[in-house]
Amino acid sequence: MIRPFGWNEFELILFAVRWTIVLTVMAFVGGGIGGLVVALLRTSDNRVARAVMIVFIRIFQGTPLLMQLFLAYFGMTIFGFNVNPLVAAMIALTAHASAYLGEIWRGCIEAVPSGQGEAATALGLRYFNRMRYVVLPQAARIAVPSTVGFLVQLLKETSLASIIGFVELTRQAQIIDSVTFRPFLVFSIVAAIYFAMCWPLSLAARRLERKFAHATAR
Amino acid sequence: MYKFDFAPVFASFGHLLDGAAVTMELSCGAMLIGLVISILCAAAKTSRIAPLVWIVNVYVEVIRNTPFLIQIFFIYFGLPAAGISFNPNTAALVALTVNVGAYGTEIIRAGIESIQRGQIEAGIALGLKPVQIFRYVILKPALRTVYPALTSQFIFLMLTSSVVSVISATDLAAAGNDVQSETFASFEVYLVVTAMYLVMSSVLSVFFSAIQRMAFRYPLSR
Repeated sequence: MIRPFGWNEFELILFAVRWTIVLTVMAFVGGGIGGLVVALLRTSDNRVARAVMIVFIRIFQGTPLLMQLFLAYFGMTIFGFNVNPLVAAMIALTAHASAYLGEIWRGCIEAVPSGQGEAATALGLRYFNRMRYVVLPQAARIAVPSTVGFLVQLLKETSLASIIGFVELTRQAQIIDSVTFRPFLVFSIVAAIYFAMCWPLSLAARRLERKFAHATAR
Repeated sequence: MYKFDFAPVFASFGHLLDGAAVTMELSCGAMLIGLVISILCAAAKTSRIAPLVWIVNVYVEVIRNTPFLIQIFFIYFGLPAAGISFNPNTAALVALTVNVGAYGTEIIRAGIESIQRGQIEAGIALGLKPVQIFRYVILKPALRTVYPALTSQFIFLMLTSSVVSVISATDLAAAGNDVQSETFASFEVYLVVTAMYLVMSSVLSVFFSAIQRMAFRYPLSR
C-alpha cells in the first residue's frame, strides 16, 4: 500500500535529524581527542611515534569511509561483540575524524613560529607546559576555520552510517521513500535539511578564514 | 577464536579487479568533465555578470553543503520521477561529475584570484585579446597554483566514488558486496577491498607528485 506524503512523514524525517546530530557531535568530540593525540605525536621528537602516525593518517585518508564503516561493522562480530550499527559508526567515524583533524592540527602546530617553543624551553618549561601554555593556544587560533570546515565534511559523512543500517536522517528518508514512493520530494527535503545545517557552518568557516587572513596580513 | 579465510576472496579477485577498473573509469571520467565544468563556472563567477554569478553560487553551495549520498539518491531515484532516468553507472558518473564540478569551481576560482591584477594589466598592455589573457595570463598560472589541490580532490573523488555501490553501479565497492554475498567472508572481503583502495590512492598520489615535479619544474615566482 502506498502511503501519501503528509505532515506525519515530514515530521518523521525531521526528527531523525537528532541522530545525525548525535553522530556528528560524538564523532567530533571523539575525533577531537584522537586528533589532538595524533597531531601531538605527529609533531613529537619521537621518530617511531611520528612514523606510526604517518601510517595511521595514510590509511584513514587513503581509504573510503564506507569501507572503514564496513570493517568496523563486520569486525565487531569477529571480535565477539554484538553487531550494533551505532557503535560501529562511532568507531569508524571517530578514527576517521582523528586522522583528518590530526593532519589539520599538525599543520597548525607547525605554523606556530618555532621561536615560541624555543623561548618556552629557554624559560624552563617542559613539554607539557610548553604545549599547554605556549604552542597550543596559538595553534588553536589558526585551527578554527579549517576545523569548522571539517565539521561540515563530518556532518555530511555521517549520512554513510545509513548504509550499515543506522537510522539517521538519510536512512529515515529511504524508509519514508519506500512507503510513499515520492523520491523526488523526499530527497529534496532531506537535501534541504542537510543544507540548512551545513551552510551556516560553511559561511562561518569562510568568515573566520577571511578574518584570520586579514589579521595576519603583513 | 575467529579464523580468517582469504581463499574465497582471492578466488574472486578477478571480479574485484573489474570493479577497480570501473572505479578508475568513473573517477577519471567525472574528473575530466568536472574540470571543464569547474573552469566554465569559475570563469562565470569571475565575470561579474550577476545572474551567472548567482547561478554558479547556488550550484556550488548546494553541492558542497549536502552529502554525496543524498545527491546520488536524488539523481538515481528522484530524477526518474521527473522523467529523467539513467542506468546505475551513468547515474554514478553524473553524480560524481556534478559533485566534483562544484568543488573544482572553488579550487579554480581560488587559483584565478591568486593571479595579481598587475599580471592582467601587463597582458592588456601587451595587446592580448581577452580570450588570450584568460588562457595564458590567468588560467595557466592558476592551474599550476591549484594543481596540488586538484590532485588531492581527485583522490578524494576516487574514494567517494565507493558510495555509488549503493545504487548497484559496478564499481570496486559493489564488487566487494557481490563477493561478500557469495562467500560470507565479510571482514576478509572488505579488508582486501580497502587495501585495494589504499594501493590505488597511494599510486595516484605518487604519480601526481611525479607529474608535478616534471611539468611545473620552473620557478613559480621570480
